[in-house]
Amino acid sequence: MIVENLPALQVVLPLLAAPLCLLLSRGRPAWLVATLISWLGLAISVVLLWQVKDGSVIHYAFGGWAAPWGIEYVVDRLAAYVLLIVSLIAAVMMPYAWRSLSSEIDAHLLPLAFTLMLLCLAGLLGIVITGDAFNLFVLLEISSLSTYALISLGKDRRSLTAAYQYLIMGTIGATFFIIGVGLMYQLTGTLNMADLAERIDALEDRRTLKTAFAFITVGLALKLAMFPLHLWLPNAYTFAPSVVTAFLAATATKVALYAMIRFVYTVFGTHFAFESMHIEVLVLPLAAVGIFITSVVAVFQHDIKRMLAYSSVAQIGYMLLGIGMATVTGLTASLVHLFNHALMKGALFLALGAVCYRIGRCDIDRMAGIARDMPLTMAAFVVGGLSLIGVPLTVGFLSKWYLLSAAMELGWWPLAALVLVTSLIAVVYIGRVVEAAYFRERPAGTETVQEAPAVLLIPTWILVAANLYFGIHSSLTLGVAGDAAAHLFGAVK
Amino acid sequence: MSADQIAIIAAMTVPLLGAAAIAIAGKAPNLREGVTLVTALLLLAAVLSLLPDVLAGARPQWAFDEILPGIAIAFRVEPLGMIFALVASLLWPINSLYSIGYMRGNDESHQTRFYVCFAIALWAAMGIAFSANLVTLFIFYEVLTLSTYPLVTHKGTEAARDGGRVYLGILIATSIGLLLPAIVWTWSAAGTTDFTDGGILAGHLDGPLVGVLLFLFMFGIGKAALMPVHRWLPAAMVAPTPVSALLHAVAVVKAGVFTVVKVIVYVFGLETLQAEPSAQWLLYAAGFTIIVASVIALRQDNLKRRLAYSTVSQLSYVILAAAILAPLSVVGAALHIAAHAFGKITLFFAAGAIYTAAHKTEVSQLRGIGWRMPWTMTAFTIGSLSMIGVPPAAGFISKWYLLVGAFSMEQWVAVGVVVLSTVLNAAYFLPIVFSAFARDGDNGGPEHGEAPWPIVAALTATAALTVLLFLFHQIPLDLARQMAGA
Amino acid sequence: MVLLGQFNYWVVFFLMMTGFYVVIARGNLVAKIVGLNIFQTSVFLLYISMGKVAGGTAPIVLADGALYSNPLPHVLILTAIVVGVATTALGLALVVRIKEAYGTIEEDEIHAKDDSL
Repeated sequence: MIVENLPALQVVLPLLAAPLCLLLSRGRPAWLVATLISWLGLAISVVLLWQVKDGSVIHYAFGGWAAPWGIEYVVDRLAAYVLLIVSLIAAVMMPYAWRSLSSEIDAHLLPLAFTLMLLCLAGLLGIVITGDAFNLFVLLEISSLSTYALISLGKDRRSLTAAYQYLIMGTIGATFFIIGVGLMYQLTGTLNMADLAERIDALEDRRTLKTAFAFITVGLALKLAMFPLHLWLPNAYTFAPSVVTAFLAATATKVALYAMIRFVYTVFGTHFAFESMHIEVLVLPLAAVGIFITSVVAVFQHDIKRMLAYSSVAQIGYMLLGIGMATVTGLTASLVHLFNHALMKGALFLALGAVCYRIGRCDIDRMAGIARDMPLTMAAFVVGGLSLIGVPLTVGFLSKWYLLSAAMELGWWPLAALVLVTSLIAVVYIGRVVEAAYFRERPAGTETVQEAPAVLLIPTWILVAANLYFGIHSSLTLGVAGDAAAHLFGAVK
Repeated sequence: MSADQIAIIAAMTVPLLGAAAIAIAGKAPNLREGVTLVTALLLLAAVLSLLPDVLAGARPQWAFDEILPGIAIAFRVEPLGMIFALVASLLWPINSLYSIGYMRGNDESHQTRFYVCFAIALWAAMGIAFSANLVTLFIFYEVLTLSTYPLVTHKGTEAARDGGRVYLGILIATSIGLLLPAIVWTWSAAGTTDFTDGGILAGHLDGPLVGVLLFLFMFGIGKAALMPVHRWLPAAMVAPTPVSALLHAVAVVKAGVFTVVKVIVYVFGLETLQAEPSAQWLLYAAGFTIIVASVIALRQDNLKRRLAYSTVSQLSYVILAAAILAPLSVVGAALHIAAHAFGKITLFFAAGAIYTAAHKTEVSQLRGIGWRMPWTMTAFTIGSLSMIGVPPAAGFISKWYLLVGAFSMEQWVAVGVVVLSTVLNAAYFLPIVFSAFARDGDNGGPEHGEAPWPIVAALTATAALTVLLFLFHQIPLDLARQMAGA
Repeated sequence: MVLLGQFNYWVVFFLMMTGFYVVIARGNLVAKIVGLNIFQTSVFLLYISMGKVAGGTAPIVLADGALYSNPLPHVLILTAIVVGVATTALGLALVVRIKEAYGTIEEDEIHAKDDSL
């Protein structure tokens, strides 16, 4: 009974727990509920992945209304894999959230913050699991609206303008998305993604379909912060509360990217997307230019959160490269990096959040010499940074390996060179922080601070350990990603 | 699981466990340094226990786990790796003894971090020595780079930070920018990265592409210090002397040239390269490095920097020997890895002893110092002779095989380079020796004698090893012959 | 006649571009939200008009065989309107907070203030 309803519970649990948190009206119980729900969510996603690992697909008709009329939840390997990423990150970060948030926002807002985090989580999980295009829009907006509100909770008043800017751009993106969905409905009379995919095959040369494709890709590109539509991201990540930044960086853009993969590969199909619409002509150059420019920009940031935000845009570019290559290896590289980047950026932002917890703002000058006071936190930052660079024994190495093999398989040497050069730029911007933290003296007039408390350190180190563990025992991620990628190609051939 | 596999596992875990134990014992210096010595000796025992079987032709293997589909973190002990592992593990206990004298004698800070990083670096060196494929090698190559960075920047000063920046910058840039794509390229061309007798690229890659791939490999292996990617080595001299001695004369740089020889012998294969004119450039690049680095060494007054440039030049001997592509010269390359290690560590030990006892760092300050520090300067002399290649020092043996190989392939350029560089070596080492033992020499300064006894014991041991390797070179020679099939 | 026959698209198109232009061109934060609303409304019209079947009646109580409009887009747009209202509410709430924090809701003035920080 429960097992059958797991796909629904995955989304409904956080959705129902969110108002409960609000009703509790006290921070600590709300946090406990949120943490419990996030752990249950992790358990559910593990079971789901276990069930579909052999390649089977779970179809769940919501409310008993059969597809294509009712809303259908579909869990295949790819969905289960992304569900696991999102719920894993949530489960690790919720325990961290209490101490970190209570130092950054007013006490009476805390239950609200946990309500919003649960709503955001429900939306993100829903986007992954749903098989209905319009439902996807609704869930996208649930997660986005709660994200805007979460960002505006930041201490700095600039968090308000950042949230506003994101709200405008995000809403335009979402509206573009439903325009596309509407056009597709007009053409096919269905909203079910599997059904859409079947019917589209016969309609490939219709102009309506091409327009719909354009609207949907641009709308999603806004949400996933594809260069040059990334302008909302640096401010949003910089001024949001630390744990919110960490959570968003590790999940939100990944889920939007997942939606992109779903639409490009499953709904529209590789034939239409690449041979008819030539999406790669748009995606590859933008991704390549974006990776390079944002990496360079990251080097010159003073605020380390902002630096990592720019680095995130660059990393999203890597994933888009993989999508644009339209090969199994390329897509595998994307999916592997989707998981790995969640781990490495999650670890980096959590470590940074712990530093912010002690010194207030994460400016590179304020962080000078901090490694002497907070050795464990900075060690976590260093490992996360190594993973970002792509040093072996960390997950980052596997991402780089796959991207390079995918580029070389196609003989695209310039792209391979780009990946390497930008990895070296990552050495520079991570190296700056390491040098400041380890070799410079503490700024004059600052007192020595203590090491971060254990509730912050443990989640951080769990993610750091995951960076190392999955960097060595990679069979789970590589296996699932590889199978899912092969399946996405096999399904349309 | 055979005894050999257990020995491999032991070699791959002992230094790591040692590092953890050192960290735990950090508060008690005597215990901490006891742990270091015990770890070093255990590692030596594990490596030695592998020797008889490898000499008998066995190739013990052990795979840890698949990190990528079809690529495992795997270890396979072959003769060249055996030589490298033997050299590194034999010198670690001696160096640990020396470190104790040096670090205490100079009151260095952060000693626990120092010993922990040292153990991790040795672990990485073992991983490189025993790696069964390019990916495993690359992993430990990077671990070695990163674990030595805190050692280079040990002093935490401005100069240390700048040195560390150059060190890490060049080593990481070359390895990620050139070596990694070379490995991925090899993987996508040959479908494997396993080190195999005769090479894996034959039939998969031909024409000028071979030369290009060789370029990526040779400059990607920044630790081999082929010019112009040699600059990290002089920069690393800001480190405490034990680091320069074991890591930047033995473990790190030998890991570089070891990788070069491995790539040439087991990835390309000697025959593939002989047949490919686009691969000939390596000989000239190595020859150029030997001569130019020697000339630069001649002009250095700082003793450690002179030794560093001498190392750059000596490393290219190994590359040159491998690039001649004759089996006998490859034997010379393998022997030179060992011979240079013993000689150069002696020289660094002596430099550190002089710094500890007399606080002198420049060559021009050393006049007459041999009479105050006779043991140290005698050892220094033996090390110098080995660098020049004069009997009875080990350097003679390797140079001999190198030359025999060069004659057999009629590579007159290589012969010329070796002759010229021998003259240069003599020119920058012998004056130090002569002036140190000059009768009239007394450069004033406070009275001092020899350095603390652990330092003197260590450098005497390595000097003795340099001579012993000349007298009893059968074991490394057998190993090298097995590898080169000569 | 084809052009006139698709007049609903012209209306949608005009509203969409007007709203989009206002969002981009106006520096006043409230005006931006108004523009965003126009932009979204155009999409509502797009959906609603596509559900219309010529000569069809409202799909409420049906005699067999009666022609009726497609109700699904209308239902979808009810949801979208809710989302739109939520977005507007949140946007306006942010504007209020921005006014409290900066004392202005003009974009250029806000930028000027933050640069001086």
